[in-house]
Amino acid sequence: MTTNAQGAVDYSTKIPNNVGLNDDQRVLKALEQWHPGYIDWWMTMGPEGFQTSDVYLRTAISIGPKGWAKFDYVKMPEYRWGILLAPQDESRMVNFGAHKGEKAWQEVPGEYRAMLRRLVVIQGDTEPASVEQQRHLGKTAPSLYDMRNLFQVNVEEGRHLWAMVYLLHKYFGRDGREEADGLLQRRSGDLDKPRMLGAFNESTPDWLSFFMFTFFTDRDGKMQLESLAQSGFDPLSRTCRFMLTEEAHHMFVGETGVGRTIERTCEAMKAAGIEDPYDINRVRALGVVDLPTLQKKANLHFSLSLDLFGSEVSTNAANFYNSGLKGRFNETRLDDDHLLTSATYPVLKFVDGAIRMVDEPALTAINMRLRDDYVKDCQGGVSRWNRIIEKAGIKFQLTLPSVAFNRAIGEFRNIHASPEGQLLSDGEWAARKDEWLPSKDDGAFIESLMKPCWDRGKYAGWISPPKVGIDSKPGDFEYVKIAVS
Amino acid sequence: MSDTTDKPAAPARIDFETAPERYKHWRIAVDGPVAELILDVDENATLRPGYQLKLNSYDLGVDIELADAVQRLRFEHPGVKVVVLRSGKDRVFCAGANIRMLAGSSHAHKVNFCKFTNETRFAMEDASAGSGQRYLCAIQGTAAGGGYELALACDEIILADDGNSSVSLPELPLLAVLPGTGGLTRVTDKRKVRRDRADVLCTLEEGLKGKRAADWRVVDQVVPRSRMDAAVREAAARLAAQSDRPSDVEGIKLTPLKRASDGGTVTYSSLRVEIDRPARRATLVILGPEAAPPADAAAMQCEGAAFWPLRLSRELDDALLDLRTNERDLGTLVFKSAGDPARVLAYDAFLEANSAHWLAREILHQWKRVLKRIDLTSRSLVALVEPGSCFAGTLAEIVLACDRSFMLIGTEKGDNRAATTMALSPLNFGAYPMSNGLTRLATRFLGEPESVEAARAAIGSTLDAEACEEAGLVTIAYDTIDYADEVRIFLEERASFSADGLTGLEANLRFAGPETMETKVFGRLTAWQNWIFQRPNAIGPDGALKRYGSGVKADFDPERV
Repeated sequence: MTTNAQGAVDYSTKIPNNVGLNDDQRVLKALEQWHPGYIDWWMTMGPEGFQTSDVYLRTAISIGPKGWAKFDYVKMPEYRWGILLAPQDESRMVNFGAHKGEKAWQEVPGEYRAMLRRLVVIQGDTEPASVEQQRHLGKTAPSLYDMRNLFQVNVEEGRHLWAMVYLLHKYFGRDGREEADGLLQRRSGDLDKPRMLGAFNESTPDWLSFFMFTFFTDRDGKMQLESLAQSGFDPLSRTCRFMLTEEAHHMFVGETGVGRTIERTCEAMKAAGIEDPYDINRVRALGVVDLPTLQKKANLHFSLSLDLFGSEVSTNAANFYNSGLKGRFNETRLDDDHLLTSATYPVLKFVDGAIRMVDEPALTAINMRLRDDYVKDCQGGVSRWNRIIEKAGIKFQLTLPSVAFNRAIGEFRNIHASPEGQLLSDGEWAARKDEWLPSKDDGAFIESLMKPCWDRGKYAGWISPPKVGIDSKPGDFEYVKIAVS
Repeated sequence: MSDTTDKPAAPARIDFETAPERYKHWRIAVDGPVAELILDVDENATLRPGYQLKLNSYDLGVDIELADAVQRLRFEHPGVKVVVLRSGKDRVFCAGANIRMLAGSSHAHKVNFCKFTNETRFAMEDASAGSGQRYLCAIQGTAAGGGYELALACDEIILADDGNSSVSLPELPLLAVLPGTGGLTRVTDKRKVRRDRADVLCTLEEGLKGKRAADWRVVDQVVPRSRMDAAVREAAARLAAQSDRPSDVEGIKLTPLKRASDGGTVTYSSLRVEIDRPARRATLVILGPEAAPPADAAAMQCEGAAFWPLRLSRELDDALLDLRTNERDLGTLVFKSAGDPARVLAYDAFLEANSAHWLAREILHQWKRVLKRIDLTSRSLVALVEPGSCFAGTLAEIVLACDRSFMLIGTEKGDNRAATTMALSPLNFGAYPMSNGLTRLATRFLGEPESVEAARAAIGSTLDAEACEEAGLVTIAYDTIDYADEVRIFLEERASFSADGLTGLEANLRFAGPETMETKVFGRLTAWQNWIFQRPNAIGPDGALKRYGSGVKADFDPERV
């Protein structure tokens, strides 16, 4: 069987694909050699305790609008992780940077090989990391619906890893194969072999963290994929474009997960006649998460995710852009010269003891620009959460903290700032940080709520049921048939 | 090229003196036989405005502190047998010389900066080879460019195997220049990395990590992060066991230098620098010892930094660095001396007799380094040996280091100072090798080894001008009729030549004989680097150094020269 230009997936190989693996024995062999290590990684680092359960998962069987989401029960280790790229557009160009107007590259340009490999490895490293971070969550799932969503996210992160490994094997020779092996060797939070980026070494201890993570951190992933989808290196662009269709679901899980938590809290407060959202003890006594604690969780995950954008002013980012390897969000829809060699962009910096805007060369401010787009994107979701609170008639608003708050990377890493962006001394910060970030007690309280609820159609007391089921299934659908082991 | 950045209206003098309590970028933590030397750069504490020292990158200010630390570890901490060099930052070891600083610096500053940093790297190796103070480098995070070169100057390198820590020499792919602090030479000559692998390393921006780094010998060990502390402890203990440094001995304090300047004359306790700007010349007058050497080593230790040979060496070192960096128009350095040659020889004898004592040993090595610093100073070096001078033993090395030396026969009429003489001591025959590994006498008499033996036979003798000329210790001896005029004419002629031409000429003629890592670094590497530093591919408006950080790629002229 050969490549089907319509995007059908070739299942004749061990690895489903639409890239003609059968005709590319070198890469097929490399991937088949990598495969056992991947399965081994999945069995040891993937979702713990549910590897033999049947899970109602979506599998892509083609990349067309109708075929990419086929639902059925599958045991996760048997999931058909495949190599799926958006269809090739023969007329596609490099759309920005010094090579703007050239035909998009189908092979890696030698001079950018190292740079591209680094981009692919960094993106690839985040995919297995989140699976590792979330591997214990199945045990405390608030419903079979949520459990299924978790596993869907997990297998798709696994597929995204495959996508990056395909690129490494196909285009980066022996170094690429070594890097692909490295992706299976690093471990989230491991002292000796940590994942490459900070936020991916933080723990995801509870479901609220999971929802926040999929809302905030996977949204960084979305922005990174969006900018890589602009790449002049066409295979990377096509890979990322397809990944984005899946990433959207992860953000849906995050936004609705937090939204349903808010909804349940508001509902319980009203039923108990509690109007003051800050009456935390009484709210907590209802077995729901009080809104101020949700705010703290949002503060934490937002600030950790901002760090993933790197330094506001960055030579690497400038090089990536100018080389045509990584563009801006919606690059082709932006109305400028797409060269940025003479433009400036305002960057929030810490200068002479104050936080202020400074115009920087736009080329070096690429990270800042992407982060601004990200913040806007986050704000949309936060506003939708606030509408739930508003509808319930509770006087409370969730907000995004200042970008200067709780930062470990970039302009504000050496200062302390409140969520409002006020500078704080070390002492003030130490005294007040528990007001803004989840404390030990907050964590213990959330943990106390994390009791599994695995009955069909039932939901833990701290979260509302979804409006509609996955694949339009009825409320009591058995999304996961838990195998008794 | 225009050198406008070079000469601002009133350039601030760069001071090479510092002390741990004033460090902004380094910390020394001594724990018995092991000291940690921790690089934790304050990115805002730069020597000049216009850049930030991000990612533990360095400028001359950071390196001045390092040089001071290396020096103090030897003198103030004789009990320290191993120095563990590491970063105080989490994910980065050291990113090397700051690129924006380099891009914004004049050619002369870059060259001076590279020379000084190279001298400091060799000073680290000298501490190990010369006085048993071993250097161990623990790399956690990235060691790029000068960061890896810093590690290369250590005896051993331990690299964390955490998927992030790496060593690299990305200068060529990233900046179109060479690693400027001996990286190329140390990779091939010290670590003996295969040349083709070295070629891979030097063209791979991201460098090497993990097992391959060890397999290729670019580091000695890779260890998991959780084993890092233990591995460093074990290696430190092993290196300490090889050291012959004393235990339980107090060091001496390297007290601040006494230096006064009125613009025209810089006065130290045993050195005076007289500046003649119209003639573009500085005269360094070395003052011999005021008294006989102390009774014994204990008394020497009591004198500490005031002990004449140590005091003079530090003052001379400071003056050389000051002249190199802050007085770049003074093309000729004239050395004179005043004092009692017998006393100088007495100090030589004292140091030789006590050479097993840690402090005497350190002082001999210190003189060796200062004399090398003279050899490597790109100014015309002239010795004027005149009545009342004391160029004997160790101080005679200065005459031998010069490009030309003139000696006055007898005394001028009415001058009641002692007639001009020189003398040699055993220290002229091995204590002070040049960077080519030979003594100055052996280098001077490369084609006539019998002259070295003749000189050895004259140890301790008082040699008058004719005898010195006969022995080849000076270029020429003039009598009172000719001396003043000949010297004047020579100096005027010298000042009329091209400064660049002279620098090249002198650097080529000074180091006859075999190649060593030092001669390769200060000769071959430096010459190539300084050529590249002038070329448009690096420093032109579209060159890599100028465009670095802008995101715009350099535009190279493909012509091979």
